[in-house]
Amino acid sequence: MSEFLQHLINMLVLGGTYALLGIGLTLIFGIMNVVNFTHGVLYTFGAYIMFIVVQQLGLNFFLALPVAVVAGWLLGAVIELTLLRPLRGSDIDTTMLVMIGAWIAMQSATLWIWGGVAKSVATPFPEAPLVLGPVSVSWLRLFVLAAAALLIVVTYLLINRTKLGCAMRATFQDQDTASLMGVNVDLIYTSTFAIGSSLAAAAGALLGPVYVIFPQMGDLAAVKAFAIVILGGLGNITGAVIGGFILALAEELGAGYISSGYRDAMGFLIIIAVLIFKPTGLFARSERVG
Amino acid sequence: MRAAITILTLAAFASVPLWLRDPYLLNALITTGIFMIAAMSLNLLLGFTGQLSLGHIAFFGIGAYVSALTSLGFDIGLPGGFRLVHEPWPPIVGFVLAILVAGLCGYFVGLLSFRVRGAYFVIVTISFAEVVRLVALNWVELTQGPLALTNIPSITIGLPGLGELTLRTKFHNYYLVLAVAAVAYLLISRLVHSHFGRAMRGLMENETLAVSVGIDVTRTLTLAAVISAAIAGAAGSLYAHYIRIIDPEVFAFINTVTMVIMVISGGKGSLAGPVVGGLIFGLLPVMLRPIMAPEAQWIAYGGVLIVILFVLPRGIVPSLAQRFAKRKRKAAVVAVTPVAFSERAKEPA
Repeated sequence: MSEFLQHLINMLVLGGTYALLGIGLTLIFGIMNVVNFTHGVLYTFGAYIMFIVVQQLGLNFFLALPVAVVAGWLLGAVIELTLLRPLRGSDIDTTMLVMIGAWIAMQSATLWIWGGVAKSVATPFPEAPLVLGPVSVSWLRLFVLAAAALLIVVTYLLINRTKLGCAMRATFQDQDTASLMGVNVDLIYTSTFAIGSSLAAAAGALLGPVYVIFPQMGDLAAVKAFAIVILGGLGNITGAVIGGFILALAEELGAGYISSGYRDAMGFLIIIAVLIFKPTGLFARSERVG
Repeated sequence: MRAAITILTLAAFASVPLWLRDPYLLNALITTGIFMIAAMSLNLLLGFTGQLSLGHIAFFGIGAYVSALTSLGFDIGLPGGFRLVHEPWPPIVGFVLAILVAGLCGYFVGLLSFRVRGAYFVIVTISFAEVVRLVALNWVELTQGPLALTNIPSITIGLPGLGELTLRTKFHNYYLVLAVAAVAYLLISRLVHSHFGRAMRGLMENETLAVSVGIDVTRTLTLAAVISAAIAGAAGSLYAHYIRIIDPEVFAFINTVTMVIMVISGGKGSLAGPVVGGLIFGLLPVMLRPIMAPEAQWIAYGGVLIVILFVLPRGIVPSLAQRFAKRKRKAAVVAVTPVAFSERAKEPA
């Protein structure tokens, strides 16, 4: 039983960052209809920003997170303006392949700049974990969960309470009508991609110190994000949050009770199962395109 | 005209080992040829049915593992205390089994994944390839996991009058790959120009319309997937018996991307496209090696993919063909015009 409780605690910590990844991708996928293969690179990028700020510049650990968010936002905006805007209106396969090209180039650039050796980040948290009865959790992981929860709430408010969020939701529902109502669709696209990218970078900056940082760390993260989006339904933020926790639970239980070698297979199996048995996602609100 | 070009190209390819003495370049050409076969099979799906399968490496890898395991033998435990022991069989049997098993996998994957389209199809196919990779990595008893299957025997064929010939050298393997590539090319070419090929293209152009004229979508797509997977399996088998060592890295996503780049750059939906794209992108790393670090090469790879999609979105072969046709038309116009003018000039006289 205590083992199960421990899995639940781990699930909460993992699920929080997965939810961040999923929200970012579901916004981009849902609003722009772009299969964003650079999402994993943005995750890696966020982790390396953490490494630069904390280890190379020697600045405060808590400062690194907002820096990573802003850097992710900027890089996302640059990708959108240079690669996606010129391709507006071309078919989904073309943008997907361009994103794959950008992913390969950026990941190789990371490898070139920082090398393939895994990096770790020193944290200001005590080594001894917090022990709560039969389970224990490290302070760092608690901080990660809290920061992820904060970012999720901020994003939720941004989408549901602000004018920008309203325009984004309108664009998701019907791009042409939104455009007729005076929504600057180009601006919405760039903002959406930048926001989604900054969330991916935040997830990387949060999970980087928990594990280690290396150039290919984003590959699995990207696939997991796809699993979450498919699980939660396209463009559905609440679905992405729940999907993030479901995936984390499946991974924890899969690693704990089946085999740790198949931990990462859970995301793929979920994708295949959901798309075959319930292709609209578990919490679909709207019709799925494509 | 077209047949003449094909035969000339084939003859040019066949002459290469006779004058190319550099073993490194020959090796690059053989692996390029193997990936070119896989790219041709991908083109059947991507170019003629319009389905972007990004899990194609799974069939290549399954072919490689089936062929290697058939010729190496294995001994695995089954649930209930039974053991499945397989004595090594000749590699050529492995080659045939690789084609059959990969085709069968193509059938089941097609049956399941063609229920969704577009981005969702792409993601299902990627997931399938990754699951297969994780199984190859973790089923150590069968696949040796990351320790790799080593000492895979070379393919041996019985030639009438010459006895047994073991294809161990690069010289032999080059002709083996060339022969399989030629057969694959011919097969795909016949298929595309058949009734079935027209059904596939009809589907790609407009699925609703194709259904309304009585094309069985699932059957057509699944058949295309089976043939495509079987050819990829054959390429995987060639790879296993040529490289003679395979590990789960063969399933890496980047290998699928390499095939996709070959198809897209050469021109999807063009028979010669994967051949041209394959030659360029198979040999590009060889040419870049002396001047660039490996990481920089990959940056260039990604950059070139983006540039091609921006500049030649339809691929090299279709774009060139179009330009050639345009120039021909223009030349015809130029040839006609002076005559027309001179005739008109004569008229008043």
